[in-house]
Amino acid sequence: MIPKRTFDAVIIGGGGAGLRAALQLSQANLKVALLSKVFPTRSHTVSAQGGITAALANVSEDNWHWHMYDTVKGSDYLGDQDAIEFMCRNALPAVYELEHMGLPFSRLDNGKIYQRPFGGQSKNYGGEQAIRTCAAADRTGHALLHTLYQRNIAARTQFFDEFFALDLVRDEEGYVLGVVALEIETGEPCLFESRATLLATGGACRIFRHSTNAHINTGDGLGMVLRAGLPLEDMEFWQFHPTGIPEVGSLISEGVRGEGGYLVNKDGEKFMKRYAPNALDLASRDVVARSIAQEIRAGRGCGEHGDYVHLKIEHLGAEKIKARLPGIRELSMQFAGADPITDPIPVTPTAHYMMGGIPSNMHGQVVAPVRTGPEEAVPGLYAVGECACVSVHGANRLGGNSLLDLVVFGRAAGQHMIEYLRENPFPRTLPEEQVDKALARLARWEKSKGSETVAGLRVEMQKIMQDHCGVYRTEALLKEGLELLDKVEARLPDAALSDQSKMFNTARLEALELENLTGHRPGYPGFRPGPHGKPRRPYPGRPSQAGRRPVAAPYPVFQGKRHPGLQAGAAEAADGGDLPAEGEDLLMMNPDRIVSIRVPPFVKPPSGDEGGQGGFFHAPVWQLLSNPPQPPFTKGGRTVRVQS
Amino acid sequence: MDGQPNPSRLRWLCRRGMLELDAWLARFLDVRYSQLPADQQTAFARLLDQDDMALFDWFTGEQEPPAEFRVVVDEIRTTRYPR
Repeated sequence: MIPKRTFDAVIIGGGGAGLRAALQLSQANLKVALLSKVFPTRSHTVSAQGGITAALANVSEDNWHWHMYDTVKGSDYLGDQDAIEFMCRNALPAVYELEHMGLPFSRLDNGKIYQRPFGGQSKNYGGEQAIRTCAAADRTGHALLHTLYQRNIAARTQFFDEFFALDLVRDEEGYVLGVVALEIETGEPCLFESRATLLATGGACRIFRHSTNAHINTGDGLGMVLRAGLPLEDMEFWQFHPTGIPEVGSLISEGVRGEGGYLVNKDGEKFMKRYAPNALDLASRDVVARSIAQEIRAGRGCGEHGDYVHLKIEHLGAEKIKARLPGIRELSMQFAGADPITDPIPVTPTAHYMMGGIPSNMHGQVVAPVRTGPEEAVPGLYAVGECACVSVHGANRLGGNSLLDLVVFGRAAGQHMIEYLRENPFPRTLPEEQVDKALARLARWEKSKGSETVAGLRVEMQKIMQDHCGVYRTEALLKEGLELLDKVEARLPDAALSDQSKMFNTARLEALELENLTGHRPGYPGFRPGPHGKPRRPYPGRPSQAGRRPVAAPYPVFQGKRHPGLQAGAAEAADGGDLPAEGEDLLMMNPDRIVSIRVPPFVKPPSGDEGGQGGFFHAPVWQLLSNPPQPPFTKGGRTVRVQS
Repeated sequence: MDGQPNPSRLRWLCRRGMLELDAWLARFLDVRYSQLPADQQTAFARLLDQDDMALFDWFTGEQEPPAEFRVVVDEIRTTRYPR
């Protein structure tokens, strides 16, 4: 038997979500372990630079209802509206709480928290721009991490840095009783026994070839959940940024096009005029990403493999570039080897955020069709943050909502775990065979022999994902991609480790990460669609057939409004039998939402599709605008009070 | 960190919260690190103990790094994968 440590609760992941939940528990005097594969303040939360959205109304008039409206609309009406309401209402106390913890927010002249405008924020249900995102300079995520980390130290959370979680331990009745982890330094496995376990392992954008995510974002929690026999949700929803540097993934912000930069294909053609004749290069993110993807697919991409296009800003002149875009110039020179003063910047659509994940409710409880109900809580298991799908982001996350998601649901999950631990005071018997299973997986890599390499397989998988499940998707493309992914996965047992040592064996860690990544790719046998679809709260004008929360599906499945068949029957959607035939219907995944265009491929988006509303034509926006929900909302017969 | 660090440990410490840092550090470790004199290798190990945002500012040239890291930061900024 491996060494065992016992805690009340174990948190896996040291980013904002894990730290927030751990703090809640530690402050309640519970014995909490926080496992993190890297030092917690080096979590990916650091990259969330923009800020945290809350309707504080410090700069402009505001109301959390408006924030809620924007989030629901931004989610393409596919978010869980109860959860969105919960998040937007609790945004205010959550931000004040952070302020009181000592998060160094930037300040207005009157001393209140500074707020900045972000895309997708409106006043008065779709009116003029709201100014809603609270910021600590351009390093809000960093400030948040450090604040929460220090608070956790003060509250005596026990940190296990450089511990890699392998597998959950789940008994026959479905209770999650802890986790088997690997101590990276020694290479020795150990068991963390706990009555409640929370996954806060972050996103999995490293599954794509081009990704803005740090290398740690390998979806480890998703792999663990699938191996524990639980489903995932909304895994077709990935947010792509239209312009990232190929391979490296470093993000080239919209600001460059705002300053006058424009996109060209390999023929030097300014192709955006074909897709968005009026907005051109300033069209919304989804339109630009789709246009680039189509150029690349049509063989008009630049470079040896034709897999990117060029962003030109030479015409702005050296002085303006140096003055206005120094950071972009630096990144381009560092990672693309191109000085934008003389050369174009290579750019391509780049995976940025995973909206799907471990199905969970607004208390952070992981929910699945475990016994008889469609959404039953898995006892003892919680998930928060990017790895979780509470479904507050639906098909698209708004900027500033990810940090909010972390703190609001991190806190809520911590709170619920306290209750759960109170109701379940006694440890249950640990199923030894579950522990052995995790150890066997580890041992397999230790004895691995074969001709394949982990890095080679990972690159192949990332390329297939990018080409077949990226911004541009058709049924045939997806099917082909799945077959190719199956072949790659079949070769995984032949992969051998270059390093068989124990201590700090990074080769082994990368192999385990690859297993987590391939595990949750579409089509994995464990990726069983749960028939869980919960009715979302109706609002005035909402089409009745669109009453379901999107579900886990065997592979990316279109969930838009134009396919009432898929909407109405979650189970049929999950079967994947209802996909439209190729040529008849073009399925596309885009950064902002899912779009269905009913005409053959390579068409320009319908007219009116090039401004802020890009690709939104199938959603009932007009219905909402002509009949906006007025507070107080009623919810299940009871009136929800407006917070004053 | 004292003495000569374990190379595998260094590789793991190059895993950061920001993609650009991953790219910079991995590139440096792959291409340049082993050619550096021992004192600069130690400086690199100490550099990895620094905060992500500090590293980002130094590597982008936004801020001047402290004297002890100047050489190694410069190496990181100028290292490229061979074509």
